[in-house]
Amino acid sequence: MSAIPQPAPLVQAHDLAKTFDVSPPWLNRVLEGKPRLLLHAVDGVSFDIARGQTLALVGESGCGKSTVARLLVGLYRPTRGGLQFDGQDAHAAFRTREGHNTLRRRIQMIFQDPYASLNPRWIVEDIVGEPLKEHGIVTDEAQLEARVGALLQSVGLAPQDMAKYPHQFSGGQRQRISIARALATQPDFLVCDEPTSALDVSVQAQVLNIMKDLQRQHGLTYLFISHNLAVVRHVSDQVGVMYLGRLVELAGKNHLFDNPRHPYTRMLLDAIPKMHDIGRSRTPVSGEVPNPLNPPTGCTFHPRCPHANARCKAERPALLSFQGVKVACHAVEEGRI
Amino acid sequence: MSLLQVQNLIVEFPGRRGTLRALDDISFEIAPGEILGVVGESGAGKSLTGAAIIGLLEPPGRISSGQVLLEGARIDNLPYEQMRRIRGRKIGAIFQDPLTSLNPLYTVGRQLVETILTHLPVTPQEARRRAIGLLEDTGIPAAPQRIDHFPHQFSGGMRQRVVIALALAAEPRLIVADEPTTALDVSIQAQIIQLLKRVCRDRGAAVMLITHDMGVIAETCDRVAVMYAGRIAESGPVHEVINQPAHPYSMGLMAAIPDITQDRERLHQIDGSMPRLDAIPPGCAYNPRCPRAFARCVAERPDLMDAGATRAACWLHDAHAGAHA
Repeated sequence: MSAIPQPAPLVQAHDLAKTFDVSPPWLNRVLEGKPRLLLHAVDGVSFDIARGQTLALVGESGCGKSTVARLLVGLYRPTRGGLQFDGQDAHAAFRTREGHNTLRRRIQMIFQDPYASLNPRWIVEDIVGEPLKEHGIVTDEAQLEARVGALLQSVGLAPQDMAKYPHQFSGGQRQRISIARALATQPDFLVCDEPTSALDVSVQAQVLNIMKDLQRQHGLTYLFISHNLAVVRHVSDQVGVMYLGRLVELAGKNHLFDNPRHPYTRMLLDAIPKMHDIGRSRTPVSGEVPNPLNPPTGCTFHPRCPHANARCKAERPALLSFQGVKVACHAVEEGRI
Repeated sequence: MSLLQVQNLIVEFPGRRGTLRALDDISFEIAPGEILGVVGESGAGKSLTGAAIIGLLEPPGRISSGQVLLEGARIDNLPYEQMRRIRGRKIGAIFQDPLTSLNPLYTVGRQLVETILTHLPVTPQEARRRAIGLLEDTGIPAAPQRIDHFPHQFSGGMRQRVVIALALAAEPRLIVADEPTTALDVSIQAQIIQLLKRVCRDRGAAVMLITHDMGVIAETCDRVAVMYAGRIAESGPVHEVINQPAHPYSMGLMAAIPDITQDRERLHQIDGSMPRLDAIPPGCAYNPRCPRAFARCVAERPDLMDAGATRAACWLHDAHAGAHA
């Protein structure tokens, strides 16, 4: 745990796991003797997010970061483990109608692709106003218009824009509409799944700056999912690195970037082309992410790890604390690296 | 002499509401063994430049003026069949998505052998031997076995290696790589970039690398051209363009990129967005967003001019008009 005393965290995930059944159909299993096939998309992930803070999850495609996002907003039910939101069991609450509505209001999500996440046949007023009507926050048209106008202004768009359709906006403006919609119900917690990866860098800067400003103004808590470590360094307080459905390292931002512990984190940081190291030739990283249907034994990173030994191949490392940083690695635990 | 010369290239799309000029007066050169990076936001015309060079412009797009010279000979006005032979033999192309660049119904080996046989005077046995050599060169393990596999049996990074092997199959002089690593994870991206760099150096091929990732450019390229709204805003040696950009757009772009090695409270942002092709402002296309625009920028369109270590299309660097900078 962190050394700094903090109030109770807003979000606490404990041993979250999600398994998908990807077995062949029943008939094929019976006739061809094919086995059941389970995909462990998320396998025992635990973390806390303090109020007003940002936890970033990073990892390569297929590591389970988007599944974690969907678990947190209740789009998936966890196979194992629990989620506490503001002290109450979130997944129990999602099952009752009343709790469901409350949590939906307090937890919102921003998706990756602003071209796909906005209804092209609706004008912006309907898109941003829908959650307001759905949750009964506004009662009449005039109120709705005023609220939508204010929301659009808070993300740097003009209130007059509410009469336009999504196709009349650029990618960055559309993502700001998504943010306005997510903010409509005055949520405490925003889950952002790759919010800027579909955007150009200059536009990405606009969106990231707005997200930071809004966090400061409204005391928002973010879970920020990205594969871009430079973006993560800019927005986060804590960073969790995921590999094949598990957290391999969880640390404060500066700790992680200045002193990465897990071999996978080091590899990721080293693999990123850096703007100001021109022409530097790097030690290329070998191997690829293994098939999650058939993960390696022990530590799932061992086939690519330069520090792996017999124990790494046999025994799965637990996420343990070392000097305020949580790392799941035998080599770190034994002091080998 | 330069291997590739592009001179005053203009690409237009005739449409019902008038003709859109998508590329406006693009000129650059690439020497053998050199890697030129082309960067810019989506819609700036990067990919279109690549497509115009390899003769794969989607109709109704057409080159309406200017020329493209490969090894001193014009290639932009060749008949389709002749161009098809040059493409593949002298120009290799690598695209973003490795899955759509490969035929899913043929084995990787068959696609490689076919390419080699089409362009080089060798026997089928020799072609297969070369194909295995190419796969080994691009770092595919167990190439003699893998050559008989289908594309779906390869992972994303391995497929992109196959595409690179395919592009190199006929030993081309020029390689046009359009976002070759964008669809890949960072750890794979680094491997592919290393590979591209190595094979080009070894074979002395010229490379035009189109990407929006400045990190990739910084690590790979010798020179870089920054594109904005269908024109080259700035071009020069990669180190100078990244560290001392001369065009206000390049400056804004470099400052907007979050840097992994340092912590900044706010990112620099360029307000507004790139103009649409049918609404490019008069004068410098960047003037509505430019913090340093003055009267001349609105009235007159700047061409590339000397700006210290680089060349920039910006009136701030006009030596004749006195020092505005």
